[in-house]
Amino acid sequence: MTPDLIAFFVLALIAIAAALGMLLSRNAVYSALFLVLNFGTVAVFYILLDAPFIALTQVSVYAGAIMVLFLFVIMLLGTETLPASKALPWQRPLAFILALILAGEAGYLLFFRNVTSGTIPQPVQTFGGPQALGQALFNQYLLPFEITSVLLLVAMVGAVVLTIKKKGEQ
Amino acid sequence: MDLALWIEFIIKGFILIFAVLTGFAYLTLYERRALARIQTRIGPNRAGPQGFLQPIADAVKLIFKEELTPARADKVLFVLAPIMTVVPAMILAAVIPLGTQFTLPFLNRPITLYVADINVGVLYLTAIASIAVYGIVLAGWSSNNKYAMLGGMRSSAQMISYELSLGLCFVIAILLGNSMSLLDIVEAQKGVWFAIIQPVGALVFMVTTLAEVNRAPFDMPEAEQELAAGYHSEYSGMKFALFFMAEYEKMIVISMIAATLYFGGFREFWFLQNTWFSVDQHWWLGPIYLLLKVVVLLFFMIWVRATWPRIRYDRLMAFGWKVLLPLSLALVFITALGILLANQFGAVYIWMIPVLSIVAGLFTALLVNMSLRRKVAHA
Repeated sequence: MTPDLIAFFVLALIAIAAALGMLLSRNAVYSALFLVLNFGTVAVFYILLDAPFIALTQVSVYAGAIMVLFLFVIMLLGTETLPASKALPWQRPLAFILALILAGEAGYLLFFRNVTSGTIPQPVQTFGGPQALGQALFNQYLLPFEITSVLLLVAMVGAVVLTIKKKGEQ
Repeated sequence: MDLALWIEFIIKGFILIFAVLTGFAYLTLYERRALARIQTRIGPNRAGPQGFLQPIADAVKLIFKEELTPARADKVLFVLAPIMTVVPAMILAAVIPLGTQFTLPFLNRPITLYVADINVGVLYLTAIASIAVYGIVLAGWSSNNKYAMLGGMRSSAQMISYELSLGLCFVIAILLGNSMSLLDIVEAQKGVWFAIIQPVGALVFMVTTLAEVNRAPFDMPEAEQELAAGYHSEYSGMKFALFFMAEYEKMIVISMIAATLYFGGFREFWFLQNTWFSVDQHWWLGPIYLLLKVVVLLFFMIWVRATWPRIRYDRLMAFGWKVLLPLSLALVFITALGILLANQFGAVYIWMIPVLSIVAGLFTALLVNMSLRRKVAHA
């Protein structure tokens, strides 16, 4: 076993445990913190894959900004603890059916389709560096990049418009 | 990776942590003495010569204090919160270059004066700084105290708001240095400091860092007259000391970052190039220059605390979103434009950056002044 492989399995274990903890915890604050831990382990996965830029963006955007806002809303609304399970009536059967389909698909792919694992060519060392990523984003994928930024801007303007009260309305 | 490299990393890490911790201890003394001078007092001068042993006396006192945990507090997070505040403050310094490199005598081994020079160094700083919010929010929540909770809320809202302008000021330095590696940014300032090319950017950076480390006049999370002691109301003994430590360590590290991004880092003053005082001639001058710059920047922070009253909370948020964010966006635009023109038509055009940014800064100041002026009722 190479050190990379050992690191991968340890991290995978932590990531799965954190994801389960997030789902099973009855306290929303703990759930949010488990999700942060999960994001952190995913970031380390990116570092193992030689993509430091994506790793640190993952930490600063997801763990640092989005989850802080989640935590903020949870605490502000005072909805830390969930009441005893009162699920929608059709939720459980549907979840079982969907889980069965997913397991079936995974089993089919694993056992019936003959996936030959060819060797993937090793990417160059600077593949995940900021320069290479910037070149790709602003040359090859410029249009999707711009569309995404416009979408985010529209969402932001929408959020601001929603908070503005009409004249005379208290 | 060979064993020697591991040993080198560990030794450098320990030295850095030790340096930041000592810096924290003596920063508290420095601040108290400087504040005292500004307020025409003397300050602590009893323990040791000139109060030099005061930090040790404070530490001993705090260690022997009783630690209280509120009965209704969330025990796990209550203990975890101070740790989550202190660790990011300590590991931030890992990517900051303290100097170039030197060769170890006898072993003939080149030693670099930084723990890690990664190609996304600036991004590392923003990532770790954004993690630091958790400790404060969780401290406020887990204490199960309304004042602490409000303090934690305020501080998280404030830190998120000012992080945007701070990130844009990082972008200015990245643009000017043409790299995300802090070592490259320092080397790019060999001739001219970025604070001279982009003076308004440096100023905005200093203001946002004050908000990021919750220092006066932005120390809303701990406004005594409104919130008792803010997010650490319920903490005592060593746990309180950890919050205190995190705040002062962050002050030191953020001054190091400011020095690195805008004031030439470990490089000498530009007029000392090619003389005996150059870092290229004597490697040990690097950490000394950085220390000098950090001490000056820290004095700036203490000076601000001694002179300015706290800003009201709604004004603080309005200042972050309506003044600093548009201004720093404009500064990024001006910087990019100046670099583009300099690349196209010659290096002289780089000097349009300071001119245009100062105009933008003065225009913003004028707008703020006009909107804050009391409306006089015409009879």
